[in-house]
Amino acid sequence: MNITRLIATHRKSLWVGFFILLIAFVLTFPLYGGVYPTSVLTTMLVYAILAVSWTMFSGTTGYMSLAPAAFFGTGIYVMALLQNYLPFPVIMVVAGLISFALAILLGLVTLRLKGIYFTIFSFGLVVFIGNVINYIEAAMFHRHGWVFNLMDETTLLYIMFGLAVVTVLAAYFIGRSRLGLAMRSIGGNEEAAEHMGIDTTRIKVLTFAISAIFMGAAGVVVAPSLSYSNAGIAFSVVYSFVPIVAALVGGMGHLSGPVIGALLYGFLEKMLKIQFLTYFQLGFGIIMVAVILFLPGGIIGLVPLLRDKLGGVIAKLRKGSEAGQHANT
Amino acid sequence: MAQAETLLGLVLIGILGGAVYGLMAVGLSLQIGVCRVLNVSHGEFVMLGAVLTFVFKQLGINPLLAPVVIGPLLFGLGFLFQMTLFRGVKARARSPAAFEGNALLVAFGLMYIISNMARIKWGAVSLPSHYLTHGVSFLGVPIEFNLIVGFAVAAVLGIAVYLFLTRSRLGRAIRATAEDPPTAGLMGVNTNTILALCFGLGALLAGVAGTMISLRTDVNTAIGFNNTVIALIIVTLGGLGSVPGSFIAGIIIGIVSMLVAGLWESILIVPVYYGMLMILLLVRPSGILGKK
Repeated sequence: MNITRLIATHRKSLWVGFFILLIAFVLTFPLYGGVYPTSVLTTMLVYAILAVSWTMFSGTTGYMSLAPAAFFGTGIYVMALLQNYLPFPVIMVVAGLISFALAILLGLVTLRLKGIYFTIFSFGLVVFIGNVINYIEAAMFHRHGWVFNLMDETTLLYIMFGLAVVTVLAAYFIGRSRLGLAMRSIGGNEEAAEHMGIDTTRIKVLTFAISAIFMGAAGVVVAPSLSYSNAGIAFSVVYSFVPIVAALVGGMGHLSGPVIGALLYGFLEKMLKIQFLTYFQLGFGIIMVAVILFLPGGIIGLVPLLRDKLGGVIAKLRKGSEAGQHANT
Repeated sequence: MAQAETLLGLVLIGILGGAVYGLMAVGLSLQIGVCRVLNVSHGEFVMLGAVLTFVFKQLGINPLLAPVVIGPLLFGLGFLFQMTLFRGVKARARSPAAFEGNALLVAFGLMYIISNMARIKWGAVSLPSHYLTHGVSFLGVPIEFNLIVGFAVAAVLGIAVYLFLTRSRLGRAIRATAEDPPTAGLMGVNTNTILALCFGLGALLAGVAGTMISLRTDVNTAIGFNNTVIALIIVTLGGLGSVPGSFIAGIIIGIVSMLVAGLWESILIVPVYYGMLMILLLVRPSGILGKK
């Protein structure tokens, strides 16, 4: 039986099986994984959420957003302010809505403009918000940072996993909807899209804001594991860079690309960052440049390439065996 | 610091220091305007200029002579980057928009590479090369002499670049390439060389600005990112591709930074820049002197 055909005909059930296995793996992981590996898995999922939501907007429209850290930090701060007043899920919703509103505001100011202005503006936005909050805290409330209530690592993992699933599903359904089509046409040729009757500014602002919801909510879930945070930690530009690196290395052609890239990045970061931070970042810079130059499709871009190669080898083998059979008869 | 905290003093220091910011931004403006590369590693070249000045000072070379070596060095580096990396990206890009996106990401990678290599080499410690720090009286305001030197260097280089772009044959080729690369190519301009030249020149200007910054402030290997942010804001304020615009915006930013730091709170400098940028983008998206 031909393997590739088998995969093609049962694609749907294979995916379902894969997801059941994945869910079972994540849910049971804390039982045998231990506390630290559980937190590693949570970190990997955070990056997956950031990367998927970043790709949702920037990957499809081509507008490079460098603002994820702004929304992520907003989530951390919403958690800091509300942790003693509201239940956890409500805080996640509040953070998502605030990030949404912030993104609408930012989008209305900058997304009417050419892509380059949008990128420039989003580049320093994180520094802007961080410094403003730092000033407000220090000058008005004489306060330096926040301490978070401890939460169980297992619970955090489950919540993060749930959020990651929701993010991926949202990205999947938006990608298939009319909205997704409109976004891709903007990415393809914005002027043409506009002439086709697409309200490009509205589409851009809306999807930018939708992608911000998940980043904000992810910040809320991350906060307890930080145990302490201030404006500098919460609004660290690193969180803007990670989704880009992850999406790029994983590949943006398919939903699984950013996820794979983020999981890989998160895992390597946790393993290497503590001892070799500088070399780790240097390596990522080199990988980034190399990927764009030599592997524009990322890791998942390799799949069709390999399949073609493999398919060729299989076909050759079959031809060989068929020839052999003919010779026998 | 024997510097006056009067309003006049703050404005004066802002103007003198802002010209160096302007110089730095002219470099970035060339890279964005001509090469179409949103070079987020620009600040890293400023950092290299500043740190190498320290290295040369350790070797006993006068910091003011350091740019003579650092300039060509960074020019070569920028030239090489454009010739290999960005040219490669351009050859593979399907559309100009795709090129801009990918070029930004390559610049991102370069930012990671340069800053971390510098950090591996020189660590995260302060690398001071203060020079000419004696106070002089300028318009009745006591200021450090290196401020005047920095302003003079920035002004001379800025005017030179402006004249080069507007008066020379090569400058005309550069402007043609910025306007319409394919047509410029058809007219006999070697666009690949022109782009590499512009990128190199941008890196050179960043390096010289870095040297001037290192004369009067403490520098280390981590200053790149902040300088990138400042340069990007100035370029946007002044208008992409405009040399005088970059200088005017640089001086405005210089004055604002001194006023905010002197009268209010230094942590609010970047937020105020952002407020200005936001207002400008709403009112006049093409910048102060940019073309509509």
